[in-house]
Amino acid sequence: MPISTAEVDHVALLARLKLSPEEKAAYTGQLNAILEYMDKLNALDTTDVEPTAHVLPLRNVFRDDVARPGLPREKALAGAPAASEGQFKVPRVV
Amino acid sequence: MEYEAVIGLEVHVELKTNAKAFCSCTTAFGGEPNTHVCPVCLGLPGVLPVINRRVVEFGLKTALALNCQVATFCKFDRKNYYYPDLPKNYQISQYDLPLARGGHLTITVDGIERVIGITRVHMEEDAGKLIHVDGPDGGYSLVDYNRTGVPLLEIVSEPDLRSPAEARAYMEKLRTILQYLDVSDCKMEEGSLRCDANVSVRPRGSRTFGTKTEVKNLNSFRSLQRALEYEIERQVAILESGGRVEQATMAWDENRGVTYVMRTKEEAQDYRYFPDPDLVPLEIDAAWIERVRRELPELPDARCLRLIEDYGLPAYDAGVITSSRDLADYFDRVVALYPDAKTVSNWIMGDFLRLLNAGNLEPQQSPVPPEELADLLQLQKEGTISGKIAKQVLEEMFATGKGARQVVEEKGLVQISDEAALTRIVEEVLAANPGVVEDYRNGKDKALGFLVGQVMKATKGKANPGLVNRLLKERL
Repeated sequence: MPISTAEVDHVALLARLKLSPEEKAAYTGQLNAILEYMDKLNALDTTDVEPTAHVLPLRNVFRDDVARPGLPREKALAGAPAASEGQFKVPRVV
Repeated sequence: MEYEAVIGLEVHVELKTNAKAFCSCTTAFGGEPNTHVCPVCLGLPGVLPVINRRVVEFGLKTALALNCQVATFCKFDRKNYYYPDLPKNYQISQYDLPLARGGHLTITVDGIERVIGITRVHMEEDAGKLIHVDGPDGGYSLVDYNRTGVPLLEIVSEPDLRSPAEARAYMEKLRTILQYLDVSDCKMEEGSLRCDANVSVRPRGSRTFGTKTEVKNLNSFRSLQRALEYEIERQVAILESGGRVEQATMAWDENRGVTYVMRTKEEAQDYRYFPDPDLVPLEIDAAWIERVRRELPELPDARCLRLIEDYGLPAYDAGVITSSRDLADYFDRVVALYPDAKTVSNWIMGDFLRLLNAGNLEPQQSPVPPEELADLLQLQKEGTISGKIAKQVLEEMFATGKGARQVVEEKGLVQISDEAALTRIVEEVLAANPGVVEDYRNGKDKALGFLVGQVMKATKGKANPGLVNRLLKERL
């Protein structure tokens, strides 16, 4: 088993996910299945294969340095669960 | 035991592009909260970031000016963390393939020159601003995303710095270089230049590193130096009492003058970097690098050397004048009109800088243009005004924005070089001070200074000092 329940706990914490014991067991199994498949890939000889930075064969796509108006503030805040004084209002975390 | 500090700095500098790094929102400072935002920098679903070409150009300029090796291939990565200053829950940054590595810059502290290594330079985006509000249930925070997505360069030094003074000198030198390159406003008070310090201590002579702490929230050169002094003292005290320094992230409290723990190693961040699939990699060919290299302006060290070699200025003067590109430009313009470089340098380093600083002004905002300062020096050289009066005139020019000749005429400050008029005053002063005259004749040379002073007083400082001296001596 490449991944333990403790590591799943850690990853869940980093992703801010609250998992029930049943979910934890289920995800540990699923993540292990994925990681075991990665092991299979790791068995391949990739000596002459360049690391892939991007799946598209594109390089150097730029935008010009020209400022344009963005969203009106009401629209920017329209999807926010809470807003106040023209700002996004969020639970205080520090 | 004697300890030495080992310091490395991580500097973040906001680039002064027109638009943000990955979208077309303005980078203008200030503005009503959340008025410089769009779907891209707000991280709304379905949007695609595209890198602003000028961000790469500014990054290349900086990398080359810092003597770095530019990467021929680099990419963007996602740095994942949950904090509401970033609406996407990740920051676009560069991880294992940064824009440039392996540079250096030179600092001078107490006359000793040292080369400080630069580990890497990479591009990333800035975060938003939070205001914390107290209240029931722990209060809340208000978020302004205007700054989110503004382009940053992160410039990481090697742990080559050995004292708070060196750290400050490095930071000042870096700012000077960035100002010469014109890639950033470098305003620490507005947050466009920021600094975190990694610091550890070890017995002097030791080759291994001690446990380091990272100190954040260093918003001025003074904070940087004070925070490091405090943190080094704190770490040495722990070691001397037989304790161990805990690896931690600290913050500097400017008001209390102390560092405090923000988080310890156990709570260390786990950023889970991975390549950002929204952005394609960059290939930087030799031709592009060469073009940027050719466009580099004269940099501070080269300009300093030029002032020493071309004008014969002392190294100290050249260092002060070239510490700011604007000041060096100002100097060049005055010297073009008044070619006595040392006199110009003395005036600029003395009264000019004093008056600028008093008005909290930058050289280019000076109410006295270079032509007028040159004119003032010319008036002094011609003997129209004395050196003392020239200082007064400069103050008046700063206060009113008037030209040197206008101030001298309006205030009637023209130097008195009329021998007959001065002779009369000299004789009056001698007659009024027989005791002092006696002292001088008995060998008290200082008495002459008093008599000169009396003549100056009688003429409101306008007497030609050389002439006064001669007239007095002829009569003593």
